[in-house]
Amino acid sequence: MAQYAVLIFERETPGGVADIPPEIMEAHGQLPERIAEQGGRTVAGLALEPSSTATAIRGDLVTDGPFIETKEALAGVFVIEARDLDHALALAKLTPIVSGGVEVRPLIGFEVVEAS
Amino acid sequence: MLAATVRVTRDLDAAEEAVQEAYVQALRTWPRDGVPDRPGAWLTTVARRIALNAMRHRHTLETKLPLLLEPEDADMSEPATDTIPDDRLRLIFTCCHPALAQQAQIALTLRLVCGVATPDIAHAFLVTETTMAARLTRAKRKIATARIPYVVPSADALPARVDAVLTIIHLLYAAGHTAHSGEDLVRDELTGRALDLARMLRLLLPADREAAGLLALLVHDARRATRTDAQGRLLRLEEQDRSAWDRERIAEADRLVVAALRAGPPGRFTLQAAIAALHAQAPSYAETDWPQILTLYDALLRIWPSPVVALNRAVAVSMVDGPQDALAEVEALERDGRLAGYRYLPATKAELLHRLGRDAEAVDAYQAALALSENAAEQEFLAERVRSAGPTS
Repeated sequence: MAQYAVLIFERETPGGVADIPPEIMEAHGQLPERIAEQGGRTVAGLALEPSSTATAIRGDLVTDGPFIETKEALAGVFVIEARDLDHALALAKLTPIVSGGVEVRPLIGFEVVEAS
Repeated sequence: MLAATVRVTRDLDAAEEAVQEAYVQALRTWPRDGVPDRPGAWLTTVARRIALNAMRHRHTLETKLPLLLEPEDADMSEPATDTIPDDRLRLIFTCCHPALAQQAQIALTLRLVCGVATPDIAHAFLVTETTMAARLTRAKRKIATARIPYVVPSADALPARVDAVLTIIHLLYAAGHTAHSGEDLVRDELTGRALDLARMLRLLLPADREAAGLLALLVHDARRATRTDAQGRLLRLEEQDRSAWDRERIAEADRLVVAALRAGPPGRFTLQAAIAALHAQAPSYAETDWPQILTLYDALLRIWPSPVVALNRAVAVSMVDGPQDALAEVEALERDGRLAGYRYLPATKAELLHRLGRDAEAVDAYQAALALSENAAEQEFLAERVRSAGPTS
């Protein structure tokens, strides 16, 4: 199994977490279970506060806001284990999304050699 | 052979190296020991053994390589000729994976499935050899790093993935059919490769209706020889010498279309092939079954709502309901904006205006089309149309 990061990009709402529909929150809670049902594994998950709370540092310069301004902001990351890219994409498609999407990235050096 | 070797290595570069090494061994041993009974199988077996040894070597060096071998590959005694079609199919699905950029999919397919050399691919797509080599390297690295699997997709994913493969073959064909720039309208190399691929896919996926549909569409390439005259000038469908069309190939395409239509609801390639078949059957442009063609375009537009399809449909509308109705549809497409920069929109509009006797506007539209074309034969054709529609002095 190989590890992939699933980066969640969502359009931000004024209320932040409070604006996330309850069914989306609930679906997030069930995500690890659904991933396991399809033969994958959730290794870790991180949910980020809105990008308005971010602080960027370039050299010595400290500025308000995210490092890269985008229409859909990075809202969360989770790490999954999957057999290959097709499997990882199938698992990533289970992510509950309001109006954005996800990016799937392979991770370096965490390959697990299975005992056969 | 490459396809069979990749299954062992899961690494396209390593597989290519192993195949080359197998040829070197053949050059060394065949003159001495004689050519084996089945040279192809011999080469495949040797290439796979080389690849396997190289992998084991790497394995002991790095000690933490993941297990990439399928159990069946451990048995190297039999050259597995019966699995080669399946391997080839896996290779096609890997090269045409939607996680790769479309340009990279086309280039990889030409390089790895068709065996076209990198400089030739670069030449066909008008980029430098370095650019094309970099594009191929980047794609191969993504296949390895992101672990794009070397498998035939599962049944639920198969239709979408087959459609992606067919799209790539069709794009490859289109690139060769109307070379966007350059002197020759037809780049035989690309169209020929696309046709080979469509035939291969038809054999590998005999139950797929759209694979049959695409092959039928490309076999209608029979008309190709008459698309330009002896001077290389572009001929419109209505000007082409129908007696010169290759009847044998048209018949082959017809059989494929009929089989695909009988098998179930037609997809977009089958519908396009059916339209091409009606053109091919017609004794002349005027005697073409335009109402039937319009019906097929309606069906095509329903399953594939593309503005390009809508533009082609407008030509059929002009033959059924007259140029005025067709012009209204073309103008609606113009306002829609998605076809901005698409040279066939002003060219079609110009033809319709010309038929309506609005020649001054037709000249403007022809000139708009001319400004968008980079193909010498097309430019000559459009310049000729400007002259014929222009004021007779």
